[in-house]
Amino acid sequence: MKFVDEYRDADKARALAAKIAGLCEPGRQYKFMEVCGGHTHTIYKHGLEDYLPEQVSLVHGPGCPVCVIPMGRVDDAIHIASQPDVIMTSFGDMMRVPGSGGTFFDSNAEGTNIRMVYSPLDSLKIARQNPDKHVVFMAIGFETTAPSTAMTLLRAREEGIENFSVFCNHVTIIPAIKAILDSPDLRLDGFLGPGHVSTVIGCRPYEFIAADYGKPLVVAGFEPLDILQSIYQLLLQLRDGRCEVENQYSRVVPWQGNVVALKAMAETMELRPYFEWRGLGFISHSAMRLRDGFAEFDAERVFSMPGVRVADPKACQCGEVLKGVLKPWECKVFGTACTPETPIGTCMVSPEGACAAYYNFGRFSRQRVKEATGA
Amino acid sequence: MCLGIPGEVVEIVPEQPDLARVKVSGVRRAINVGLLEERPAPGDWVLIHVGFALSKIDEEEARAALEFLEGIGQSYVDEVDALRQSMIE
Repeated sequence: MKFVDEYRDADKARALAAKIAGLCEPGRQYKFMEVCGGHTHTIYKHGLEDYLPEQVSLVHGPGCPVCVIPMGRVDDAIHIASQPDVIMTSFGDMMRVPGSGGTFFDSNAEGTNIRMVYSPLDSLKIARQNPDKHVVFMAIGFETTAPSTAMTLLRAREEGIENFSVFCNHVTIIPAIKAILDSPDLRLDGFLGPGHVSTVIGCRPYEFIAADYGKPLVVAGFEPLDILQSIYQLLLQLRDGRCEVENQYSRVVPWQGNVVALKAMAETMELRPYFEWRGLGFISHSAMRLRDGFAEFDAERVFSMPGVRVADPKACQCGEVLKGVLKPWECKVFGTACTPETPIGTCMVSPEGACAAYYNFGRFSRQRVKEATGA
Repeated sequence: MCLGIPGEVVEIVPEQPDLARVKVSGVRRAINVGLLEERPAPGDWVLIHVGFALSKIDEEEARAALEFLEGIGQSYVDEVDALRQSMIE
């Protein structure tokens, strides 16, 4: 309870938690998935699960773009970086993600030049400053970062820059949610929809979840009160027998999304027939690649790549964690062999990964979990 | 990377209407505002993802978002550090 008590709106949070408890039917269990890693972060930071009635459980979804990159793509990136006169650039989050032969940091120790950048525009600037090198941007992320890559590509073409390309690993959230709905492993009662992704795609793409699968979804903000309010709205829908897409985060998320961003993405990228997600396997139409018009900026066409599929380490259960089948602390190596300092799986690398969120808030060391659960 | 961080627009860069100088937790950097349907004006708040403003927000939302981010600790520090290294033009 301590974590919620430290929160400035603790009274409001407590009042909402009471309203949530009042909506639960006796004897019924409710399982909601928070799709976004940012939400997972808030939930553990503030210990919100402890505050909810036992009947309500939250399951973490696949919404951490670093976590879902399969090892083979890390290997491909390192392969590109190993070519002569290449500078690879990447967001800092990717630097410690292990491929089969190590991380970007490990690769740099062996002589590659993989640099951290804040924005794809910084990568483009490095290309301008280094006309004798080829600069590759390792593009990752959902629809929160894909528009930035798109705008950078448009800029590169406009400026006629010839030594810049993008290794595109952008993924799109809707097919992943659909894969989870189609999976027999998990029965969910509803979803907390991602906040910032929805700023770009809007709320309409979620409508099939209500219409075809009969599950409610509430797009939620990132503060503890937002999350509790959204859980309350989900329960209210279930009580009333409704099943709709609602926007709790309307102060930031417009229903129609960001039209300029969607247009820039559509101009530069198209859906791949399929893409491998770590833990979830191959999902149709779930990722973006560059359109033919941008072939000269497409690292996958500029360089030949091994493209080898690499299985995750046996001990790693990121897949089950990403699907919401296992809680992070139920993984065999959580907090022992796998820690943020020596991550085995991606969920422990990114601060938005469920395992790192559990671990970093210090409340879920294996020993304490055992004590708490009596396991 | 996934975190949207709030910044206050200080000025629109002359002759580069897609570029705005913003202040984020005391750090001043240029960001791209080309994804906004309406160009922001000095004093406006925007939510920034990897160097691009994705939406305009009001001041109250910006304060709440900042408080949330400062509360999450290291990953926000890393994000602002990354922004500090940024040289968008």
